[in-house]
Amino acid sequence: MITSLGERHLLLRHHEHGHGHDHGHGDLIETKTRGSRRIKVVKRVLDANDITAGRNRELFACKKVFVLNMMSSPGSGKTTTLEKTLARLMPEMKAAVIVGDICTTNDADRLASSGAPVVQINTDQFGGDCHLAAHVIEKALDGIDLDAIDLLIVENIGNLVCPAEFDIGEDKRVVVLSVTEGEDKPAKYPLMFRVCDAALINKTDLLPYLDYDLKAAEETIARINPGMSVFKISAKTEDGFDAWLDWLKDQVRVKLG
Amino acid sequence: MHEMGIALEVIRIAGESIPAEHAGARIERINLKVGKLAAVVADSLLFCFQVASKDTPAEGAELVIEQIPVKLYCRDCGRQWTVEEPVFVCNGCGSAQVEMISGRELDIDTIELVDEDSDDNQPG
Ligand SMILES: Nc1nc2c(ncn2[C@@H]2O[C@H](COP(=O)(O)OP(=O)(O)OP(=O)(O)O)[C@@H](O)[C@H]2O)c(=O)[nH]1
Ligand SMILES: [Mg+2]
Ligand SMILES: [Zn+2]
Ligand SMILES: [Zn+2]
Repeated sequence: MITSLGERHLLLRHHEHGHGHDHGHGDLIETKTRGSRRIKVVKRVLDANDITAGRNRELFACKKVFVLNMMSSPGSGKTTTLEKTLARLMPEMKAAVIVGDICTTNDADRLASSGAPVVQINTDQFGGDCHLAAHVIEKALDGIDLDAIDLLIVENIGNLVCPAEFDIGEDKRVVVLSVTEGEDKPAKYPLMFRVCDAALINKTDLLPYLDYDLKAAEETIARINPGMSVFKISAKTEDGFDAWLDWLKDQVRVKLG
Repeated sequence: MHEMGIALEVIRIAGESIPAEHAGARIERINLKVGKLAAVVADSLLFCFQVASKDTPAEGAELVIEQIPVKLYCRDCGRQWTVEEPVFVCNGCGSAQVEMISGRELDIDTIELVDEDSDDNQPG
């Protein structure tokens, strides 16, 4: 006698072994004791994101645009650093910015004053407001003339966890941490510091008023990512900007030749 | 965070992984490998999965999360070891030429289908 799929499902879920009607159906009994049919999948859950990121990366290569993904916890100074960075780079480099700000256009307005084209991203309703995913960047590119720029900077959502996980097709990643956040940030968010190429320790103008252990922060970073370039800056006073700008210009030059 | 998006992807990939000869089968279990450094909160993922799997072949399925430790490999001395602390420097030779060989997984390893009688799938 044939049991319906629905009944069988119930049977298996409750691990009840009906010793009646299934007897003599060798196949069935064996499968039932194993519980189910196991199928090898071995697929990355973020495959779709990585494929889109790969497509973005190809487009950037073809259009000769260097892309920087800028990440940090909320309020570390990404927008301020970018405003100052753009102001000093614009004369020699054509740049554009994509900014992911969850609910305001404040960051976009501040950045637009630099004269660089700015695209503000409205993040997905579906759990995408903690990071910028590759498809979101792909869509934002509709609003940018890639032929007209050398450098595209993405100000990611203020979050030290998710953005580290989502490739957007960028060339380099930079993380901003500020001295008001505590020197254990790198140890608490190791993946972010591991996947980034450079770290900007910002708000150094405040150091005289704080007990921030700069040396400890730098040592922790060196243990997580020994090859990382670390720049101590103040986006307010532009202290330390020369070394940071030189690094950025070098990266662009290496890619664009 | 983004666990709803992850849950939806898990459900999509699991559904697409049901072989054609078992079309219509229900998924009983999804075995997921999640690296210790992956940006996923297990409880939150389980909750989202439960909500999002409704009316899909994965409805009622169990999501089993295996946590994968962070393992490193030293390119200079060939050493392999597991770390608890975020220290990416070789604990044998001190080299910084260290690669992470596991710990970032977010992979569907296997799915298990509810056993079905092949007769059930025969039309007529
Ligand atoms: N003293 C001082 N304040 C700074 C510095 N950089 C940024 N700030 C201040 O820190 C606050 C946050 O700066 P933002 O540039 O908006 O930070 P953000 O990372 O873009 O913030 P979100 O986009 O909201 O995550 C602002 O009040 C800035 O004026 C700095 O170097 N020194
Ligand atoms: Mg900002
Ligand atoms: Zn996220
Ligand atoms: Zn070694």
